[in-house]
Order: sequence, then structure tokens, then C-alpha cells
Amino acid sequence: MAESTAPRVRTGRRPSTYLLRLIVTGYLVLLVAWPVFLVGRNAFADGTTDIQAILDDPDIVHALQLTVLVAIIAVVINTVFGVGISILLVRYTFPGRRLLNALLDVPLSVSPIVVGLALVLVYGGRTGWFGPTLQNAGIQIIFATPGIVLATVFVALPLVIREVVPVLEEVGDEQEQAARSLGANAIQTFRRITLPAIKWGVIYGVVLSLARSLGEFGAVKVVSGNVLGQTRTATLVVEEKYLNFDRGGAYATAFLLALVAVACIIVVSVIRPKDQR
Amino acid sequence: MSIEIKNVAKRFGGFVALDDVSVSIPSGQLTALLGPSGGGKSTLLRIIAGLERADSGRVEIEGLDATDLPPQKRNVGFVFQHYAAFKHLSVHRNVAFGLEIRKRPKAEIRSRVEELLALVHLEQFADRLPSQLSGGQRQRMALARALAVQPTVLLLDEPFGALDAKVRKELREWLRRLHDEVHVTTVFVTHDQEEALEVADEIVVINEGRVEQIGSPDDLYDQPANDFVMRFLGPVTQLGDRLVRPHDLQIHTGAPDPADVTGRITRITRIGFEIRAEITTSDQIVTVTLTRNEFLSLNVEAGSTVQVRVAPQIHAGSATGNRSEILRAT
Ligand SMILES: Nc1ncnc2c1ncn2[C@@H]1O[C@H](COP(=O)(O)OP(=O)(O)OP(=O)(O)O)[C@@H](O)[C@H]1O
Ligand SMILES: [Mg+2]
Repeated sequence: MAESTAPRVRTGRRPSTYLLRLIVTGYLVLLVAWPVFLVGRNAFADGTTDIQAILDDPDIVHALQLTVLVAIIAVVINTVFGVGISILLVRYTFPGRRLLNALLDVPLSVSPIVVGLALVLVYGGRTGWFGPTLQNAGIQIIFATPGIVLATVFVALPLVIREVVPVLEEVGDEQEQAARSLGANAIQTFRRITLPAIKWGVIYGVVLSLARSLGEFGAVKVVSGNVLGQTRTATLVVEEKYLNFDRGGAYATAFLLALVAVACIIVVSVIRPKDQR
Repeated sequence: MSIEIKNVAKRFGGFVALDDVSVSIPSGQLTALLGPSGGGKSTLLRIIAGLERADSGRVEIEGLDATDLPPQKRNVGFVFQHYAAFKHLSVHRNVAFGLEIRKRPKAEIRSRVEELLALVHLEQFADRLPSQLSGGQRQRMALARALAVQPTVLLLDEPFGALDAKVRKELREWLRRLHDEVHVTTVFVTHDQEEALEVADEIVVINEGRVEQIGSPDDLYDQPANDFVMRFLGPVTQLGDRLVRPHDLQIHTGAPDPADVTGRITRITRIGFEIRAEITTSDQIVTVTLTRNEFLSLNVEAGSTVQVRVAPQIHAGSATGNRSEILRAT
């Protein structure tokens, strides 16, 4: 510890370091901290009346509940599949591995609104490629909760994977091989060795996915149908209120959304041990 | 025979890592797989452990055909070059791992782990994490962990490769003593011939995916099957068209015999108690090593003309016959 902090203190005295810090801090304040702070301030412009009004409106409470429910389902799905796909990518070689790897970046690079439209094309109840079949079986995807979950899963898909893959690569597979040679089967090895080793990568991925899932707007807007009290999520409430000149309500809802996401990230950064990452 | 390897072949893509390898490894002995880097030693060891699958051929462990068994069903202990310690578990839990998997009673696990930690001299480190141990201590922990499950065979892949020379030497002597106590069939990989000669009962020399020779340290040292084994097991020099060990050559200053080669000493190097003399003959440079006392009694210096010949008794092997026995006793 002592050796690693000593040189840092020394470089900290150089003026160029201070300048660099100032620029980075200023940039982050102007771009992130100050705007987010203003959302909070606007939310409390009239004291707690706006927040209270939102929490008293059953439709908005429903929207908030729906958002949380969808986010939790999406995070669970993305975590299970994310960890599975990460292990597949890092521990196995198979034809098409690089293609899969490239494909996993699509959700991050394509606009969410395109994602929404694409899902409608496949699962749309009347004209979709797959939708009518499901519709006949009594399952509605688009303009219903499953569609919102699907869209949210899609946009947040790579986040767990991108956190877990580097950790898996770094820990290597020797510990897993040692566990196997000591008699552990695949499941025991995963639970006792792999999972503890990648724990922090998974937790960080979950938090990022949760934050992303709570805040998804574009894809959800296309697939949800935006029906008040049924398929309207919190982000759609924000837009609706904003467009209807209910600024206070919009900021209050936005504040709640941001609060949950920021809180997650802060909690994790605080509890995460220092030597990890 | 404890481990029977029959016609095992392994390719990585187009590269042949093992080419029709057959080896029998005796029960209760300490066997070394010795060979240059990239020769296929680790691959063979990993195939025995089931961590790698052979493309063809069979592996039997204690009479049981293990070819298609996954690693967890083979009951082998494997020790990795870089320890493969379970970083999130204490030393105690590391050693207990295999027993916990086997669902042994808690009290039995505790007493067995304590016994093993005493065996590897790590009793006082039971509650530490592996990151709080030195390399040598980690490797001893890994060994205790592998021994905990009472494996049929113990496999070690360059167990001391990542340690410095002094610790390496200590640990290999310790491994020899441990083996004399525990008597589990042990195979260890090394590319260090001194380590193999000093520790092993039996040596398998592997090069470019093939077995070059199998035998006791003495067999290999005294009757190498080919030039490769001869060169790999110790220093060599050429006298005429014969490949010999520098310490199997004699020099004298008397009248030349028909078997002698005449040359001039061009360089004298002293390495501890050993003197290495470079002798330039009419067509080659021959290296001779002798003890300091032998050298002093010759009364020669750089520039002196001397006669070189192969020591007459080397074919009987008596000059080096007890060599490894002596080393092992220390
Ligand atoms: N997973 C793998 N993929 C491709 N090639 C491999 C793989 N494992 C080993 N090889 C190749 O097979 C050959 C034998 O490897 P192996 O690890 O058995 O050598 P070794 O004798 O243990 O060498 P060293 O002393 O350097 O550890 C090497 O040329 C290596 O490059
Ligand atoms: Mg190797």
C-alpha cells in the first residue's frame, strides 16, 4: 500500500496534473453532475408537493411499479444469460464465436427505437412474423408487458457480459481445473469457484443493467402502446408530463428514476473492495 | 503398473503435440517427465488427469480404463505450476475442498486437514488467504490440497517452476522425503534435468511429442539411448567422433598413447570446486572438467600441451554409478 501511494503523491504535486484534474472535473460537472443536480432541484422546486402528487396518482404509481417489475425481470434474464454467454465466450472455442461476440455489441450500437420497430416486426400481433401464431395461442407480446420486458432485455443485453468477460479472462481456468480434479462436477465448480471469482463483475453488471433497464425509453415506447395505467412505464410518464407542460410532475418522476439508478451505482462503488478492479 | 498409457496421440489443429506415446508408470514410485519446452510433457500429464482429451489411444489408472472418464471421476491429485489456489478460500478451506465435495463428516475433514497442514508445515497459516502466502508456501498448500482426497496418483506440472533457485532446491528435497513418507504414485513434469536426476526413481524423456527413453536416472545418465538424451541429461563434449561427458575425459602430460588426442589448453575456468579446461586439438575444441585437486596435481596452465582420452572405466559405469544415490541421500 505504502509503495503504491508514494509515487502518486509525488506526481500529484506537478501543476500539469492539477490542470488535467481541473479539466476532467469541469467536464464531468458540466456534462453530468450539474444537469442531474438541476433535475433534482426542479423536482423539489415547490417543496415535496410534486413528489407527493405523483405518489398519490394511482396511474403513476402503477407506471413506477411496472418499471421496477420490468427492470427486475430483465435484469434476472440478462444476468442468467449474460453469465452463461460469458462463460461460453471465454472458456470454449466453437465456430461462430467471433461472430457471436460481434453480435453482442449490436444492442449497444443500434438505436433503441430501431430495436422497438424490429421487435414489432417479429412479434407484432397482427402482422408480425411470429406474432399471429402467439396471438392465436393467447399470448400477446407487443402492446403488453412481455413486449416491454423483451425490449428492455434487448437493450441491456451486453452490460453483464461486458463486465464479466474480462474478469473471467483474468482469473483464467486453472482454479476451475483444480476443482474438477478434486472431484467437483460442473455445477459445483461453477458455484464454489467460478461464481465467487467473478462475483464483483456480475454485481457491477447487474447494477448497470438495472440502471439501464429502469431508464429505457425508445424501444419501450414503440412496443408498449403507452396505455395509461396498463403499459405506460415511468420514462413514458416523464415524456407525457413534459409534453403536457406538467414540468413539476415530469421532474419529480425523472428524479425518482435517476435516484434509484445513481443510488445503485454509489452503493456498489462503496461496498466493492478496493483491490478489485 | 499404476498408469498405463497406450498409443496416445494429441493434435492441436495441425500441430502434433503427442505422437503415439506409450508409457507404463510404476506404482508407488516418483516418476519424472523430462524434456525440453514444448515437448508435450504437460499435454501428457493433462491427458492422464483428464483435463485434456487424447485424440486416440488409451489411459489406464490402477487397472481402470480412464480414457473416457471426466477429471472428477479419476481420483487424481493435480498440482499446477502456478498453484491454482482458490483465492477466495482460506488455506484450510482450500485443503478441505475435495473432502467437502465428497461430503465427508465435518470432524473428519477438520482432523484430516490439520494432519495435512502439519505434513506440509503450514499449521500456523490455516486461516490465511493464499494471497498472504509466499510462492513456496502456496505450492505446499496446493500439494496438501491434492493429497487430501487420497488420490490414486499425484500429478505435478512443473511444481517448482515459478520459484527461485534456492526454494526450488529445498522443495524438491522435501518432495522426495514426502514421497518416501506417503508413497503415492507420483508423476511430475520438469524441464530441469538436475531436478529429475535428483528426485526421480524413474525418468521418461519426452521430446517433440515422442518418448525418447524410459529408465532410472542411472540408466539414462550412463546408457543414454541416443544423442538427444545424452545431451539433455548433462553437459557433453565431442572427442574425435565420440560424444562424451566432460568429466569422463582425462588429461595427462606424459607420453602420448595411441588412444590419446594431443591438444593445447586454451582456457581454464573455475566454477567452485570444479575446473573446466578447454583444449584445442588439431580439429576441435574439447571441454574437460576435473576437480581442483586433480587439476593442481597435473601442474599445467593455459598454453600447456596435454593428452586427452576417455577415462577407461566409464563403460562399466562405476565412475558415475552411485552419483544420484549420493545426491538423493543429502
Ligand atoms: N491448448 C493448446 N492449443 C494449441 N497448442 C497447444 C495447446 N497446449 C499445448 N499446445 C502446444 O503443444 C505443444 C506441447 O505443449 P506442452 O504444454 O505439452 O509442452 P511442455 O512440454 O509442457 O512444455 P513446457 O516445458 O514449456 O511447459 C507446444 O508446442 C504447445 O504450443
Ligand atoms: Mg508444460
